[in-house]
Amino acid sequence: MLEMRQQYAFYGVLLYVASTIFVLYLAIGETNYETWNALFWVTQLFVCINAVAKSFLQEGRGRMLYFYTITHPVEYVAAKILYNMLLMTIMNTVNLFLYIAFMGDPTADLLTFIGISYLGGIGLSLVFTMLAAIASKAMQQASLMAILGFPIIIPQLLLLIRLSKAAFAETFREGVVGQVVLLLIALDLGIVVLSLILFPFLWKD
Amino acid sequence: MIKAPPLAKGTKNQRMKRSWWKYLCVALLVYTVIAGLLAPVPALRQLQETIRNLYFHVCMWFAMMILFTVSVVHSIRYLRSLDLKQDIKAQHNASTGVLLGLLGYATGAIWASYTWADPNNPAYASFGSIVREPKLIGAAMALLIYFAYFVLRSSITDIDKKARVSAVYNVFAYAMLFPSIWIIPRLLPSLHPGQEGNPALNFNDIDARMRLVFYPGVIGWTLLGVWITSLKIRLSFLKEKKWLNA
Repeated sequence: MLEMRQQYAFYGVLLYVASTIFVLYLAIGETNYETWNALFWVTQLFVCINAVAKSFLQEGRGRMLYFYTITHPVEYVAAKILYNMLLMTIMNTVNLFLYIAFMGDPTADLLTFIGISYLGGIGLSLVFTMLAAIASKAMQQASLMAILGFPIIIPQLLLLIRLSKAAFAETFREGVVGQVVLLLIALDLGIVVLSLILFPFLWKD
Repeated sequence: MIKAPPLAKGTKNQRMKRSWWKYLCVALLVYTVIAGLLAPVPALRQLQETIRNLYFHVCMWFAMMILFTVSVVHSIRYLRSLDLKQDIKAQHNASTGVLLGLLGYATGAIWASYTWADPNNPAYASFGSIVREPKLIGAAMALLIYFAYFVLRSSITDIDKKARVSAVYNVFAYAMLFPSIWIIPRLLPSLHPGQEGNPALNFNDIDARMRLVFYPGVIGWTLLGVWITSLKIRLSFLKEKKWLNA
């Protein structure tokens, strides 16, 4: 993909993750698991906004026109989605690794938490890919992205924070965890389908 | 001298026939208010007479959701036809929906101040616990999404582009929001009724006498919303005549 040429963006986000976590470590050090969980997801959200937003907002008119001539919008948005999923998976890994390195590992079941965090990271990246595409059509793109994105993402984020408590040995009613995971997967699939349908309308300019 | 065009087409009689639903709306709302305030209601321990607020509060939210749904339908029709009239319809349905949502909030606040607020605590303590209600957060999300929709509209100057982008956002946001505000409140603990299903739709938790007022109430408030919306739509059709006919 063409994004490989813009490696400074990638390293910029990487630096962003590292410095955020370092500041958090200096500010609070080791905490109880509830704070850890909340901070982890908030960091995840902001990393996602920074990483994914760049994918559309940084492209100038000229380049969009170039893509317009060589690809079909569905293929283009599918490539964007795949790339952002991959990017978010990498960021997720880095994020998780640094959290455990700096702030300790409060989880009772680390594997479950890793699974949930990948599920969440991919979900976030899908939502923000579409929102970045919408916001890139308007003025003041960066602030608009937050206005458009936060109300939409908060329900999903609440669900994820709640779900990841399963990895901290909190007890749930039987079957709830499975239901929520299925729900999130269904939501992600829904977003992919919607993006593929709706993006061609944003494309023509 | 230019003769002013007639305000509405047809004879007086035909106009009456076409606007029958407006008379129905007024009749239903008068009925809802009078019966809602006077008809007998079951005396529940917690709610007592405040249950009459169901005819106003719940109906407002129902009407809001119906109007948002209509708005999304118009957005989809806009994307299929690229007809700017559909976009104007979508916009005004959303704005009336927001108005009804705010009214739903206001009636909810009155209700909560009688049932949830503890008179022994200072007002801000009760306020804090009410603000943390998952259902209220869900409702706030719904309104914020539509505020974001209007911000998005105002940030794009080109008319066609504005219509297209905001229609896409409308469909996307609707599809994201509604599953989550229906599902999440059922997972988190809440004081708000309706943990197991849609409040007031369930046949077990609403009294037969109340249903006689509640359903006409929903229809009445929805018709009122549609009426306001149709006036706004006609007004902006007149304003945008130049664009629309071009």
